[in-house]
Amino acid sequence: MRNIFLFIRRYFNLLVFILLQAFCVFLIVQYNRFHQAAFGATANRITGAINQRYDDVGYYFRLKKANDSLLKANEFLYNKLKENYTLPDSGYKTKIDSIRVDSILQFRTYGYYAAKVVSNSVTSQNNFVVAYGPNIKYLNEGDGVINMNNAVIGIITNITGDYAVILSLLHESKESTITARLFKAGEVGTISWDGKQPNVLTLNNIPKGTKVVKGDSVVTSGLSTTFPKGLLVGYVDEVYEEKSSSNYKIKLHTAADFTSLEFVYGISSKHADEVKELVKKAKAKL
Amino acid sequence: MKELLKYIVRFALFVLVQVFVLDKIHLHQMITPYIYFLFIIWLPFKMQRTPLMLVAFLLGFSIDSFRHNPGFHAAACVLIAYIRPFLIKMLVAQDISETNYNEPSAKSMGGTGAYLFLVLVLTFLHNAWLFFLEAWQFGDIWYFIVKTMLSTAISMLLIIIVELIFNRNQKFRTNTA
Repeated sequence: MRNIFLFIRRYFNLLVFILLQAFCVFLIVQYNRFHQAAFGATANRITGAINQRYDDVGYYFRLKKANDSLLKANEFLYNKLKENYTLPDSGYKTKIDSIRVDSILQFRTYGYYAAKVVSNSVTSQNNFVVAYGPNIKYLNEGDGVINMNNAVIGIITNITGDYAVILSLLHESKESTITARLFKAGEVGTISWDGKQPNVLTLNNIPKGTKVVKGDSVVTSGLSTTFPKGLLVGYVDEVYEEKSSSNYKIKLHTAADFTSLEFVYGISSKHADEVKELVKKAKAKL
Repeated sequence: MKELLKYIVRFALFVLVQVFVLDKIHLHQMITPYIYFLFIIWLPFKMQRTPLMLVAFLLGFSIDSFRHNPGFHAAACVLIAYIRPFLIKMLVAQDISETNYNEPSAKSMGGTGAYLFLVLVLTFLHNAWLFFLEAWQFGDIWYFIVKTMLSTAISMLLIIIVELIFNRNQKFRTNTA
């Protein structure tokens, strides 16, 4: 017993060093597992508040850019208005529905909620975006996030109060949860990032023989409840053949500019809980 | 008390400058200019190794909280806090550092060369350990080496500039006072 105490006293510094390092590695491993935020809510709240103060100043100088971006988004939406299209049936008449029930509401599967980006990074190996807004309360962990021009940004990992921490597409991903579809060919693969350039992603698991050309758009697949179908992820840059498998490895450049994010929209799926429940039931039957 | 206050202010300044000035500079994906760990190098000679490591952990953890990635910077800081006393003992004759000056600087270490060597080794270790942990899953060794080298070079440049601009007045302290 005495020897143990002597040992501890002798190597106390080394033991503290090893313990602290082990704790750090534990934090790294624990946090990186998706959706398992071991990080305290207080830390998020404090850094969120400081980030917001800083962003208030910076935002003033980026107003012009934000304006241009909003203009573009608006133009896109105006073009989608029903008034811009002539219906093929020339004999139609407009009739006003007299029933005062919003019949669209029950078919709504996704809701979009705007939030302001207060902090953003692109240089680390796992990059996070922090968004702030009163709408955050309608969103849940695991919901998808897009930017003003309908391009995918990432997935919410953590919500505290009015702040949401978003894991951007730019993170090392062993178990990527974002699937994407080649818009023209229709093949579905998974998105990952190699940790080097902030605007280059990789699309995996596309079988060889699929017709892919440089410039093809890659969109969300709609196969999960995270994102609706058809949101832009990026455009094909280069196609490589993987020697060891029957798949292509496709390099994309992202549709979203991760270095200048101003506003984002969180997408909350109304069916997420239902789907989750169903999958759980199906798994239980196995 | 005055000393303690000085270190607290310094701590806050280093964290804020790192997070809100240096992290906002996107030089290149390869380069991240780090200087916040200069706080650890500037801690007094007299500090015991265990409190040194705990303070370093706190510093690293503060940076991590802003980056939402707990553990990485804390691990790197703890490492350099553990190595620092060994290096100082190696570079400086013991009695000078123990009695006369408060904290490491070019003057107190008896030469710019010795001090710069200390800073260089600790900067390199900090960056190497940090990027090693970050690059763990990628396994790209050349990328890791080049990133460490470039970031260390930029950090050294910044640290030298900081040393030239902020002249910490180091009083020669004697035992008689």
